[in-house]
Formats: sequence, structure tokens, C-alpha cells
Amino acid sequence: MIPSPGPLDLALGAGFVLVNAGLSAALGLGLARTILVAACRLVAQLTLVGLVLRTVFGLGAPGPVVGVVAVMALAAAYEIGARQERPLRGPWRYALGGAVGAGATVVAVAVGLASLRPHPWWDPHALIPLAGIVLGSVMSGIAIGLNGFTGAVRRERAGIEARLALGATRNEALAPLVRSAVRAGLIPVLNQMAAAGLITLPGMMTGQILAGQDPQGAAASQILILFLLAGASGLGVTGAVLAASRRLTDARHRLRLDRLA
Amino acid sequence: MLRIESLRRDRFGPFDFGPFDLALAPGEACAVTGPSGAGKSVLLRMIADLDPSEGRVSLDGIDREAMPAPLWRRQVTYLAAEPGWWAETVAEHFSADAPARLDPERMALLLPPEVFGWPVARLSTGERQRLALLRALAGGPRVLLLDEPTASLDPDSVRGAEAVIEARRAAGLSVVLVSHDPAQVTRLTTRRLAVAGGRPL
Repeated sequence: MIPSPGPLDLALGAGFVLVNAGLSAALGLGLARTILVAACRLVAQLTLVGLVLRTVFGLGAPGPVVGVVAVMALAAAYEIGARQERPLRGPWRYALGGAVGAGATVVAVAVGLASLRPHPWWDPHALIPLAGIVLGSVMSGIAIGLNGFTGAVRRERAGIEARLALGATRNEALAPLVRSAVRAGLIPVLNQMAAAGLITLPGMMTGQILAGQDPQGAAASQILILFLLAGASGLGVTGAVLAASRRLTDARHRLRLDRLA
Repeated sequence: MLRIESLRRDRFGPFDFGPFDLALAPGEACAVTGPSGAGKSVLLRMIADLDPSEGRVSLDGIDREAMPAPLWRRQVTYLAAEPGWWAETVAEHFSADAPARLDPERMALLLPPEVFGWPVARLSTGERQRLALLRALAGGPRVLLLDEPTASLDPDSVRGAEAVIEARRAAGLSVVLVSHDPAQVTRLTTRRLAVAGGRPL
């Protein structure tokens, strides 16, 4: 078992970042400030999260644990909306991706809890990291899928309207765009699955091995997690792009680009 | 009979538009005239139900709201001034039996038989415009809403396109035409609907 790093050990790591910042200053890249600010944010954010989670873990009640997960889901909804080049108008910008992402996460976390069987089911040691890693993956998939879809609809407007004018339904007219947006949204998680172990050692597995766990066991839980991520991203990206395709058309099969900001 | 009664922008629309009234018997053709930006294209798009609108539009006494919008647009077909394409080759924009069925009209439009195998990206503007007309005719519409259908054609192709439209009209097709060519308006249509600032004059 390797002990967790103390303040002096972290200072060693910080020195490494300082070298990076110094290099940037010496080469005139103008990144020194950004690097230092990002490093300070990282320290503040993770220290705070560590404190909050320790408190929540100590309370021993399901309410606060679910509350932490809900805050994470809200942050994910915000990030999805903030990533959009031409977002949906009004609350849809955050609500659509956020609701679909939260739904997909709930399903994936339920599957994860069913296979890990923690006692009690809301044990924060299982629920919080599970929800976090699933939300992160679903969030980036949905953000890419939605951004690609709205961009493609705007670009292909003439072709879509030509099909509609000739009597195609909205599903027929948008099907190729839905397909390619879903595919784009799933590429990150597919890469993650294909590259796991060979090219990158997944972060969670790294953490477990550093914390002294048997690599075989770490691999098993990593496999489970990647399955959950793939399933959740599939659900989330497909659901979000389909929902956006409904929102960008109406019951009379019209293209409604006025619903984009 | 295409009947339009007090067609106007729906109340959530960004500006006032309409109201327009028009009745077109089978085989009748009406020109929509007016300066650029008067709302001629918007009027055609509203008739095709591609833009939200209020008022009554019916074909042979059947309201468009009584049928799914795709069915309405197969009968009342809008042809945009800059028609869009959605696949690689020309053939993918037509049903499998369409090229054989449209052979005489393809010839009248001065398009070679092998045009269906061509990639869309290689078509000239004039070829696109003629193929889009052919594509709109392929579904056998009852009403055709033509938005400057010959704007980028040479004189021979214009004559071909007008002959194709005339032949369909003789067989009962109603036409609403937006054109900036007064001679063409006289040749193709018997009625006028003047538009200015989104309103009938």
C-alpha cells in the first residue's frame, strides 16, 4: 500500500508545474499566468470537494449523497449548454441535454449498483464516483452530439427543406443527420474502450492500483465502468439528438431553425 | 381547386404578413409579382405549409390541416429558387421508376439520359435548376409553387422549361409562379397577385 501524498510530496508536484510555467515565460508563450491560475483552481476545487465529500460520507444518510449527485447533474447540464455553438433557444439549451443526460446516468448507475451491490445501496463510496464518471462521459458525448447536430441542420437547411417540400416526413428528412451526430457523440467512449489498457491506463484503474489494489481486481471494475459508460453514452447521445430533432421541427413537419439561438 | 383564404403570418411571427386570398382552378396559373423582399417566397412557403401561418388553405375542399403535412406537400409542391440536394448522385434524389417515367420531360429540358448518374457537386447552376424542376414534377403534384424556376437558364433551356410547365398545366396542374421576367409572366400565366411589403396590393 502506497500512502497518500502529504503536503511536501504535493509541493514536489507543484514544482513540476512551476517548471512548466517558467518554460512558458522563457519562451514567451504567454501561458504562464493561465497555467498558474489553472493549477491554483485545481488545488482549491479538489480540496473543497474532498472536504465536502468527507462531510457527506460522515453524515451517513442518503439525502446528502443524492444531493451531491444532483448538484453534479446540474453542473453537467450547464456544461452541455455552454458547449453549444448555436444552442437551442430558451431553457431548452440546458434542459434538453441535462434531462436526457440525467436519465441515462440514472439507468447506468442503477445497473452499476446492481452489479456492485453496496450496503446500503446509497453508500457514497460507490454512488458518488459511479455517478460522477458516468455523468462526465455522458456529458461530453451529448455536448458533441448536440453541437454536431444543430450545426449540420443549419448547414444542410436547403437539402432538408427540399426533402420536406417534396413530401418527406421530418424523420426521413433528418435521419442522415441524426445518424452522423450520434456517431460523432459516441466516438469518445468508443475510443476509450478500444484504447483502454493498450494506450492509456484508465484514470480510475490507475488510482486503484496506486491505492494498493490488486491489478486484476482493478481491471475487473474498470471493465464494468467502461460498459456502464458505453451504455449510458449510447442512451444519452441517441436520446438527446432525437429530442433535438423533434425540437427543431414541428408537428406539421416544418424545419424550425427559429428555435436555435 | 386550390383555395386560400386570409392566409397570414401566425400571431407569434416576427412581422405582419398577409392576409392573402386566392382561388386557382385546375390548369390555372397565377403570377406573384412585386419587388425583391416583398414576401413572394414567404407566400409560396406558407401555401406549402413550410412556414407557420394562419388562415384556411384547401385543395378540392379538403383543408390542409385535415391531412398530414407531407401528404399536403406531395400535392402542393414548392420549388425553391435555390433548390437543395441531400445525396451524392442525381439518381438518389429520384425514385427508382422516375427516370423512365420522366423521359420526355427530361428531353424537353435538354438534359442527357446519363444525367441521373452524375454527382450533384459537378452540376452547373442551370442543370441543378432544371433537375430540381424535374424532381418536383416526379411526384405528380396537383399544384406547383415555382420560385423563379428559370432564373439561371439560357434561352433554349428557358423555352424547354416553359414547354414542360405548359404541358403539365394543360393536363390540369395549377401553377403559382414567382418570376422577375415580365415576358415569362405573360407567356405562362393569366392572373396576377401583386405583393408589396408582405401585403396584397
